[in-house]
Amino acid sequence: MLEIKNLHVSIEENKIIKGLDLSINKGEVHALMGPNGSGKSTLSYVLSGKDKYEINDGTIDYNGKNLLELDVDERANEGLFLAFQYPMEIPGVQTSFFLKTAINSKRKYLGQSEMDALEFAKLMKSKAEELNISTEMLKRDLNVNYSGGEKKKQEILQMSMLSPKMAILDETDSGLDIDALRIVSEGVNKLRNSENSFLVITHYQRLLNYIKPDFVHIIADGKIVKSGDYSLALELEEKGYEEISQTA
Amino acid sequence: MAATEQTIKQVNTLGSSDYKYGFSTEVDEIRPPKGLNKEIIKFISAQKDEPEWMLEWRLNAFKVFNKLPKPQWAKLNIPEIDYQDCYYYSIPKSLKDKPKSLDDIDPEILKTYEKLGIPLKEQKMLSGIAVDAVFDSVSVATTYKKQLSDLGIVFCSISEAVKTHPELVKKYLGSVIPVSDHSFAALNSAVFTDGSFIYIPEGVRCPVELSTYFRINAMNTGQFERTLIIADKESYVSYLEGCTAPMRDENQLHAANVELVALDNAEIKYSTVQNWYPGDKEGKGGIYNFVTKRGACRGKNSKISWTQVETGSAITWKYPSCILQGDNSKGEFYSVAITNNMQQADTGTKMIHIGKNTSSKIISKGISAGKANNTYRGLVNILSKAKNARNFTQCDSLLIGNQCGAHTVPYIQSSNSDSMVEHEATTSKINEDQLFYCQQRGLNSEDAVGLIVNGFCKEVLQHLPMEFAVEAQKLVAISLEGSVG
Ligand SMILES: Nc1ncnc2c1ncn2[C@@H]1O[C@H](COP(=O)(O)OP(=O)(O)OP(=O)(O)O)[C@@H](O)[C@H]1O
Ligand SMILES: [Mg+2]
Repeated sequence: MLEIKNLHVSIEENKIIKGLDLSINKGEVHALMGPNGSGKSTLSYVLSGKDKYEINDGTIDYNGKNLLELDVDERANEGLFLAFQYPMEIPGVQTSFFLKTAINSKRKYLGQSEMDALEFAKLMKSKAEELNISTEMLKRDLNVNYSGGEKKKQEILQMSMLSPKMAILDETDSGLDIDALRIVSEGVNKLRNSENSFLVITHYQRLLNYIKPDFVHIIADGKIVKSGDYSLALELEEKGYEEISQTA
Repeated sequence: MAATEQTIKQVNTLGSSDYKYGFSTEVDEIRPPKGLNKEIIKFISAQKDEPEWMLEWRLNAFKVFNKLPKPQWAKLNIPEIDYQDCYYYSIPKSLKDKPKSLDDIDPEILKTYEKLGIPLKEQKMLSGIAVDAVFDSVSVATTYKKQLSDLGIVFCSISEAVKTHPELVKKYLGSVIPVSDHSFAALNSAVFTDGSFIYIPEGVRCPVELSTYFRINAMNTGQFERTLIIADKESYVSYLEGCTAPMRDENQLHAANVELVALDNAEIKYSTVQNWYPGDKEGKGGIYNFVTKRGACRGKNSKISWTQVETGSAITWKYPSCILQGDNSKGEFYSVAITNNMQQADTGTKMIHIGKNTSSKIISKGISAGKANNTYRGLVNILSKAKNARNFTQCDSLLIGNQCGAHTVPYIQSSNSDSMVEHEATTSKINEDQLFYCQQRGLNSEDAVGLIVNGFCKEVLQHLPMEFAVEAQKLVAISLEGSVG
């Protein structure tokens, strides 16, 4: 699915990612943990194609394509989804309209006809119900005056409606209350299958109790310093980044 | 490439070929020689079979025009207009004797309107909308006439009204925009050719949208629209105008005077979707859109609401205004002005508070891209008798790229201590992170810009009649995108 080799990234002369390797296969869930400022969000932006980042070295292969050559929207329509750490507000644009536009952009890219209004309404309703999001909420402007947790849930709603191949969740758990955390995790688990993959960025092992990862990676100063299975998250919880990085 | 950079590139490549309405129609025209003089004015008047009083009114306006200087205050770069190098009248020969029925109209002209999405034939007429179609200097046809006249509503061309309702025309023409107001107003009064006339009788709510579609076809020809709308006591009307022109390398002039009068408890809603040819991306050609629109809330509790979406024209110079004479009367102005490439727009409104408890609301959204300039110019004037007057003004500007400009020039004059005036203004650049977010959801950069700009304009667009809101949204996106046609 995704194969990152020797990735070096800088922004405005600052080196942020310094030789990162990561390989994610179909059907796998990878967790990425690491201290503040270690480059997690940067990695998610580079993968989704945000500009201003300079790729100094390395390659990224996405399902046989050179990811770095694709535009942001091409990557998205090829099934790459980023649930933002800080979702954007778009005043004047109804959330439901945004969802519809996103779905139809993808369908257009894939050469399919627009989803009809009824089918869309049904899909939105059922997915929103699963995530315990009220339909009233979807009539409001996208993310405008949504609470922090509501924004995160909204990201997961978008994800489940677009059913991506490769989803990156950047600290989706931060700001969620206990119930919301469970609901959102169930949403993710429902989407999981042998054809898609997840990269879950988090600071808390708690999320990984709900979304069981196949692999856990620890990133520090722009490099993956340790990889393991779920038990690495537990070890991290116990020892903290400092000690773990030293034993690496 | 940065998302905005890419967008700017796309916007810049928006050549004239993207203007969807740029075709012209082959018709034989009746056209007197170029030039502005008494003879031309007499010619126009004679062509229209006007009564003597109308000709005198025109000739007087011409005298006034010759004495007035050109308005200087707009922040526009207006090339000297050579009034002698312009045609003032052009009509298709086939329309010389006004066709009795649609069957008598030159099929080429009917086709033109069909291409523009305004079918005039009975079977195909837009439902819920009555249309007056103006082609260069003459009204071609008006739909739904019979149904409207059953309600006592008069909806016809102004040329026709001069003959059929002289008492109303005499009473109201020039009563809102005096001939001597400024030089374009005087010029229009001297040489106006066609436009719509509407009278809604007392107590009648007009059941359909009334609409005029202006089409400039002939070369080098100025179009001098004159529209007069009178809403008698307790009446209501919603009116919409649309405008397009062929692509030509020369600039052409559209100088309109539009007067609205609302009597006691009457309401007029006036919407414009202006999409004149804007010129090519080097600024060659395009329409000069010099428009004077003014509404008088003469009666108590009357209301006039202007909504405009201005996307076309090389130069737009227009300030739809309200004179709030009646006590408790209300004026509203909702505007979206988009300028791209070399377009210039200087637009805004004047709210003149005269009566007690009068209120006004101004929402202006200016969007500039390319090398375009966009100015909001507004005046809120509260006179001493306007006790308890209220105004709220909000002007937001959005910039796309680094070479365009946005300017806000609000004048506030208040001669009254218990009135309240609020003004808010913002200027922002299109937000990179918002664009990235939309693109991450699969929207291409054009669609992302269209979506964000439409969101930015929503407060204004939602005031358009339903039937046109969707069209207007598309137009907003198109005028910034380059994906026309
Ligand atoms: N535009 C920028 N200019 C300079 N430095 C930047 C810029 N953007 C990010 N950085 C730096 O890059 C480093 C990595 O940031 P990033 O957001 O990827 O961290 P993170 O691992 O996601 O942290 P957190 O856990 O706090 O979300 C930080 O030191 C940050 O200050
Ligand atoms: Mg982060």
